[in-house]
Amino acid sequence: MDKFRMMFQFLQSNQESFMNGICGIMALASAQLYSAFEFNCPCLPEYNYAYGMGILVVPPVWFFLLGFVLNNNVSVLAEEWRRPTGRRRKDPAVLRYMFCSMAQRSLIAPVLWISVTLMDGKSFLCAFSVHLDPGRFGNRSSPAVPRADLERLLAKVPCHDVFDGHAVVSREAATRYLRCISQACGWMFLLLTTFVAFLVRAIRPCFTQAVFLKTKYWSHYVDIERKMFEETCTEHAKSFARVCIQRYFESTGGEMTTFHSQWTHDKGGDKVDGDKCSNEKDKLLGIRVQEDMNKVLWNWHRCKPPLDIREEDLCHTKGSGCTRRGELHRKEWVSYYSKV
Amino acid sequence: MDRLKLVLQYFQSNSESISNGICVLLALISVKLYTSFDFNCPCIPQYNKVYALGVMFVPPVILFFLGVMINRHTGVMMEEWLRPVGKRSKNPAVVKYLFSAMLQRALLAPMVWVLVTLLDGKCFVCAFSMSVDPRHFTGLPNNTGLDLVRIMAKVPCKEDAVFQNSTFRKAVSRYVRCYSQAIGWSILLLLILLGALARVLKPCFDHATFLQTRYWSNYLDIEQKLFDETCVLHARDFARKCVEQFFEGMQEDVHLRLPLAPARTRAPRTEADEETEDRLHGITRQEQVNRLLHTWYECRPELDVSRVAPQPRVCVTWEDRDGRVLFSDV
Repeated sequence: MDKFRMMFQFLQSNQESFMNGICGIMALASAQLYSAFEFNCPCLPEYNYAYGMGILVVPPVWFFLLGFVLNNNVSVLAEEWRRPTGRRRKDPAVLRYMFCSMAQRSLIAPVLWISVTLMDGKSFLCAFSVHLDPGRFGNRSSPAVPRADLERLLAKVPCHDVFDGHAVVSREAATRYLRCISQACGWMFLLLTTFVAFLVRAIRPCFTQAVFLKTKYWSHYVDIERKMFEETCTEHAKSFARVCIQRYFESTGGEMTTFHSQWTHDKGGDKVDGDKCSNEKDKLLGIRVQEDMNKVLWNWHRCKPPLDIREEDLCHTKGSGCTRRGELHRKEWVSYYSKV
Repeated sequence: MDRLKLVLQYFQSNSESISNGICVLLALISVKLYTSFDFNCPCIPQYNKVYALGVMFVPPVILFFLGVMINRHTGVMMEEWLRPVGKRSKNPAVVKYLFSAMLQRALLAPMVWVLVTLLDGKCFVCAFSMSVDPRHFTGLPNNTGLDLVRIMAKVPCKEDAVFQNSTFRKAVSRYVRCYSQAIGWSILLLLILLGALARVLKPCFDHATFLQTRYWSNYLDIEQKLFDETCVLHARDFARKCVEQFFEGMQEDVHLRLPLAPARTRAPRTEADEETEDRLHGITRQEQVNRLLHTWYECRPELDVSRVAPQPRVCVTWEDRDGRVLFSDV
């Protein structure tokens, strides 16, 4: 449990490494899914190709889309793309960078699935067994077989428990041949993707390195700013709610507690007084009787206070024995600040 | 748990040891990949050699590219090689050192794959079974109606019907495997000898320069990491400030604000605020950040931290609400 927590903390500390972690997990999931999936070639001429190619192509598309779904940055990108320009210009290079980095991460699991599928060879065998040349794998001594029957026979090559044409076609040789082609395709595909990735990563610094530093910084900034904004909103909501609820309790209780000093206590965060007794009293917020508490709870549902904590609008709460506070003198003050 | 943390910290502290760790990991992955790969010799004369040599040499190329991509030093080296000279002179020895270090690490996993392939022997048997002279072995099946080449091509395939109950296939396989393993061990011995010679003889050649180049290449790596970290921290503080000011900008206008005033209308500055100010280093606008990043690439600063950085002079300008200047230091 501890190990997981530490790993989780390490990954979360850096957003990029967190996304890399997710990407790695998806890649492992794709390999595991393939090994757990029970490939079941239909062994019928009309369906073999569709099934074989479907298994090769559809799950990668699904993994690619899943990669986008799991990536937090999708909503950041969409937000940055759609926002009105306002007072901050939009930089298309930043949008492109964000999209490219998301796409790169999402491509790893599909590439892995395709490679594993091709290396294993079953889907290739299923899709292309019908196109085999019987002259190459057939037994010389076998009689000529009509085309339709031959197709049906070849379609059964992937299914060793159903195949009944041993006299016509050598099943093992045909299987080996197709698997060999499939594995060659798999290695070529891996080589190509690795080479392209290598070009992108290793050769990119030759072009536009300065611009790259800038776009990397600002795309990271957009992400962080969004997080900061949410945190600030949450903290603000907390303070807002705290004040609102305190005022509500007091207005319902009808007691004139020393609200203002208590509020600055909480805001400033310094509990100077070691007097536990008065601290507890403050926490009660003036509600000390069962009926008052019931009234608080009843009204909280029936008649919530307005979302307005400006000090002069204290008495808007309905149904409360509202005691008007002394008018707070709003001060207008000017401060000059110079750093010489 | 503590031990794991200690080990992780040790590895993270030294960038070279991280690269070594990744390189060893890649080598282990290559072994695992080989064992999980289902070698499937086609047993057809035209395809055997192509397939086997393909399996022996294509994955090493892939592993080499992967090794280069994963290595941090690749980026450092490329950046150092391609940057404009600016205020800092370029040392080609450092670039060469980084290149050779990167190359050595990237070549480990491909060599491991080739060696494992040779020691296992399947690829060799598949590729070269047709080159064996069958006269040295007894028991060649001669009633199958196939020509010699096709029979020899089927030697790697155990389950083929041609070789049932025949010791011929096993004998030929063993012979070719023996060759394969001999070549594998020889290559391994050669590599180890070369490595040992290089390690032992290196201090004989220009050791002092070597120490310098090693120091400065390590420095470049650390400098880039620190720059990235500083950018990240700066972005965080920039964002926090931006959001706070945005919130404050939405306030009702209960204070007569002069443009210099905002700092004082808030709660008294806490330690966190001071820290934030320090981390921003005075860079508080988008244009300043862009200029900073551009200059970092175009004109890297000198390697000289003995001078105190010149502090920007702060000039006070008081404007009233309509923007008219009341007083100015400028």
